[in-house]
Formats: sequence, C-alpha cells, structure tokens
Amino acid sequence: MAEGRPAILAEGLEKSYGTTRALAGLDLAVEEGTVLGLLGPNGAGKTTAVRILTTLLAPDAGRAEVTGLDVVRQADELRSKIGLTGQYAAVDEYLTGRENLEMVGRLYHLSKKYSRKRADELLERFDLTGAGSRLVKTYSGGMRRRLDLAASLVYSPPILFLDEPTTGLDPRSRLAMWEIIGELVSGGTTLLLTTQYLDEADRLADRIAVVDTGRVIAEGTADELKAKVGGERLELVVSEDSDLRTAARALERHAKGGAGGGVRTDVDRRHVGATVEGGARLLVSVVRDLDAAGVQVDDLGLHRPTLDDVFLALTGRAAEPSEEGLPGHQEKETA
Amino acid sequence: MSAANVRPEEARPLQRSRLYWAFADGWVLAKRNLVQIPRIPELLVFATIQPVMFVLLFRYVFGGAIDVGGESYVNYLMAGIFVQTVAFGAVTTGIGLAEDLKRGLVDRFRSLPMSRSAVLTGRTIADLVRNVFVVLVMLLVGLLVGFRPEAGVAGWAGAVGLLLLLSFSFSWIGATVALLIGSVEAVQSAGFIWLFPLTFASSAFVQTDNMPDILRAFANNQPITLIVDTVRGLLLDRPVGPEGWQALAWCLGILLVFVPLSVSLYRRVSAR
Repeated sequence: MAEGRPAILAEGLEKSYGTTRALAGLDLAVEEGTVLGLLGPNGAGKTTAVRILTTLLAPDAGRAEVTGLDVVRQADELRSKIGLTGQYAAVDEYLTGRENLEMVGRLYHLSKKYSRKRADELLERFDLTGAGSRLVKTYSGGMRRRLDLAASLVYSPPILFLDEPTTGLDPRSRLAMWEIIGELVSGGTTLLLTTQYLDEADRLADRIAVVDTGRVIAEGTADELKAKVGGERLELVVSEDSDLRTAARALERHAKGGAGGGVRTDVDRRHVGATVEGGARLLVSVVRDLDAAGVQVDDLGLHRPTLDDVFLALTGRAAEPSEEGLPGHQEKETA
Repeated sequence: MSAANVRPEEARPLQRSRLYWAFADGWVLAKRNLVQIPRIPELLVFATIQPVMFVLLFRYVFGGAIDVGGESYVNYLMAGIFVQTVAFGAVTTGIGLAEDLKRGLVDRFRSLPMSRSAVLTGRTIADLVRNVFVVLVMLLVGLLVGFRPEAGVAGWAGAVGLLLLLSFSFSWIGATVALLIGSVEAVQSAGFIWLFPLTFASSAFVQTDNMPDILRAFANNQPITLIVDTVRGLLLDRPVGPEGWQALAWCLGILLVFVPLSVSLYRRVSAR
C-alpha cells in the first residue's frame, strides 16, 4: 500500500433511495491497523456506507477506496482483500457450521484441503467445534453471529467490516463478541465497525466517527469527543424535593461556564447534574457548600461523560432513547 | 499489503481463468443447494404432491369430459403434466434466490471474490437436478394411472432432453423475476401469474382447436404448446413437425436473454 495512504478512504459519498437521502456527503479515513467506530442511531446511513465500501452498492456521488483500490472501478480486485459481516447473520441455515466455512473458503478460491483446515481452525477459535457438524438452524443467536464473523475471517482479510456485530445479542454473547473482536484488532487487522451502542464504540474503536443523517458530524478519539462535551459531569440526587433548587444554585457556582452552564435538573428523580472541571478537589468544595446550605444528599458522583452525552451535545437529542435493558453505562466511574 | 506477502503457500488463492471460476464457483453453490434438498424434505414433498394432484384431477375428474381426438386422455395428458411440472420449477428457483437475498447470503456472496454468475448457475443447476427427480416420480404416477408411452430410445432421449432444457431455461426466468421483485411472498405470487396463462392457455391439457380465435392464436404460438406438442409426439412415437425446432429455439432464446439479464441484475441487486 502507498505510504501514508489511509486503508479506508471515503470522500463526499452520497446515496439516495428514492426521496430518502441515506448519505449526504460522507467523509472517512481509517489508518491501516486501526479501528474506526461508525457510531449513529438507526437510519443514520451507517449500513449504506458499509455497503458502498464493500462494493455491494455504488454511490450516487463521491468516491471511496479501500487499500488504495477504487470501490467501483476496482471492485473485483478489492473483494479479495476485505471481509464483511453484515447486520444479520448471513450464514446458511441448512448447512452445518463447518460446511458454511468450507464453502466460503472455496469461494475465496482457496484449495479444498486448506478450506477444510481453515474451517476447523476457525470453529475451534470461535468455540464452535462441538457444533461444527450441526445444521446452523439449530444454533443460538450468539453462535450464528460467531459463525458469521468466522466466515468473514476465512481468508484473514487485511480489512474487515463489521456492521452492527452485536445488535440483538444478549449481554453475555455481546461480551464474548467484544473479546473476539478485541483479539482480531490486536492482530493488526484494519477494522471499520458500525454500532448504535456508545459503549461498544468506546470499548473497541481507536477513533469514532459520529454519523447523523448521512454525514459525519464529529470525529476523534473517544476522549476527544468527550472533551467536546467539556470535562466531567457532576451528578447528585437530593433527599427532599424542596432542596432541589438550593442544590442547583450551589452547583451553578461550580459549573463550567458559570450559572446556567450545563446545569440540568430532573424533578421526578430529584436529580441535578452539571458539567464541571477540577476533579476530586471540586467535589469536596461542592460537598462543603451543600452541607453549609443544609441540603441532604442521597447520591453524589463525578462521572466521565459517556458518548451518550456526546451525542446529545452534538445533535441536541438522544442517540438512542431505547437503550434501557442493554449493558450500557458500566463505564461510569463514581468518585 | 503486507498481510498478503506473509501468507503461506497453502493459504493463497488458486490462480485460474475467469471461465474456470464461473464453473467451479457455480459447482460449489450447486452442491450447497443440492445437499439441502434432503435436509428440507417438506419442500420436495410439496413440489411432488402438487403435480400428482394435477394428474389425478385431470385423469379422473376432467379427463372423461375432454375429447382429444381418438387418443386416450391419459396418454395425451402426461406430456402436459411433465412440462407444467418442470415449468413451475421456475418458481422454486425464484423462491430460493429470494430467500438468499432476504437472509443476507447474497450480500455475503457479492462481497466475496467469486464469479458473478455462480449464485445463479448454482441455483439453476440444483433445481434442474430436483426436476429430474420430480419428473421421474410423475412418470411413475403416470404409469400407475394408465399412461402407456410408445417411445424408443431416441424418443425418450429427445423428450427428456427437451424437458431438462425447459427446466433450466425457465429457472433463469424465475431467477430474473426474483432479482426484480425481491420478496419471497411476491416471487411466489408472481410466479403463478406468469406461469398459469402459459401452461393453461396451451395444449398441455386440452386441444387448442376449441379455443376462441385470439386465445388459440396465442396458445398455438407460445413456447409451452410447442414444447408440449414435441414432448407428446416423442413419447407417443408420433411424427414431430417444425414445432420440435421451434421448441428448441424458444428454450435457447430464453437462455440467451435471461442469463445475461439476471447476471447483470445480480451485480446490482440490493438485499433490501
């Protein structure tokens, strides 16, 4: 590959389906050996971007290259350098796990013998050896996803695309999937991953591109994006409804940007939160102020901002109103 | 790419011509579809029961009321049943392909460095094999209800050869319809819409002489009638006229149009 050239590059990609604009000038660059998380809500255009980058779909405008090959003009050549795992497990229900992997090996034009060997290796690695001779229709959702991911690795492609690899998985399968993806990445594979889950991007990606309505609205490392929201958030819950206003006023003095600077109150939960700077020392002075004002506190904590906060700050709306029930917020550290 | 350079010899892709891969990849997928046939027995059972019911329906319910000019009706009927059964195989091809689309398998195949025609050739070849089996069952049922073919070796070879060619060419129409429409249910309904007029407004079950003028003109000149007449002539050892060549020409013409058409649709097809 040409030095300094990104492994994945997209410039001004546009794509419409009828009157629906899926991509409205999407730009991306992924350096070799790194992981880019394409983060956005349903319908943001993530899958369309992946479909264009994996030669499945031609863009209406703009251009893209992967390992220096144009995704439209050099599509045939490019397909031997990429692996794709789509949004839903694209494996054949009426073949066994081993047959699925062998078939993919043959279609990458690997020899029969090596296809078989590789299938066995991958079944072992993905903890499917016992199920290898069973029809896939008897597999659980997590097993199918693992097999699907294994299928995209048959040829050990230098570039891998994973479109929402854990959507619809139960928390345990999700963690298992994360571990597998983490191992892959440490092996030097360039990975583009789409996700609706903020914690997933945070955990797996070196850099994150936030996508909304068909374009990238922010890009950077997880920390850089969090810095955009501005430092940490201080969250507290008061014991008495009547103390809410006093507590809010006390917080305003410490909030970044002064009064009104990101102070949010939630009456139902008796909750006040504000963006702050200064860490534990600030926490101590807030406690002192609250104590002086006679406010009883049920819960008080300093949180690093999550990517939820980032999305809210960037778009003014929540990324994912329905995230309850998914393991999402365990990265919050309570000070 | 550095990763490609360190790839051990055995892990490198084989280098062959494009034409070689068109056949080899097609065969990999044909095998994939063939091993599934015994794994989904209900599909084969229903594919067989329906034509059996047609045999019984026409032989015993309508047959007595249909005059085919001296010939025993069951002898007249069976060529029509064979052709109808094989032609309806096109729907099976379409449904199989639509399901691959729905499940995202076509996306996977399209992202692989494989031949662009292989998914379609694999599917149509597997359906050809399935049709051989179904026709054999039909023949058995026919013999049980009184069908008495008089063909010699050449006649059988010609009739079976033409039925297989019909099966293969109609499968490509089914594939094209599936790629245009996409959804499994719609492909199923659409199949009946184009296949019903073709098979019933033909000489498959009745002589076309009694049809109104316009319908008769259509029936006498459409491929199913030409194919049925040819197969019937061959099986009953009657002289086959120009319809033999016309039938052959139709099948080849269909392949010439629908193979390139469906392959070009496949290149652009989108799962949803």
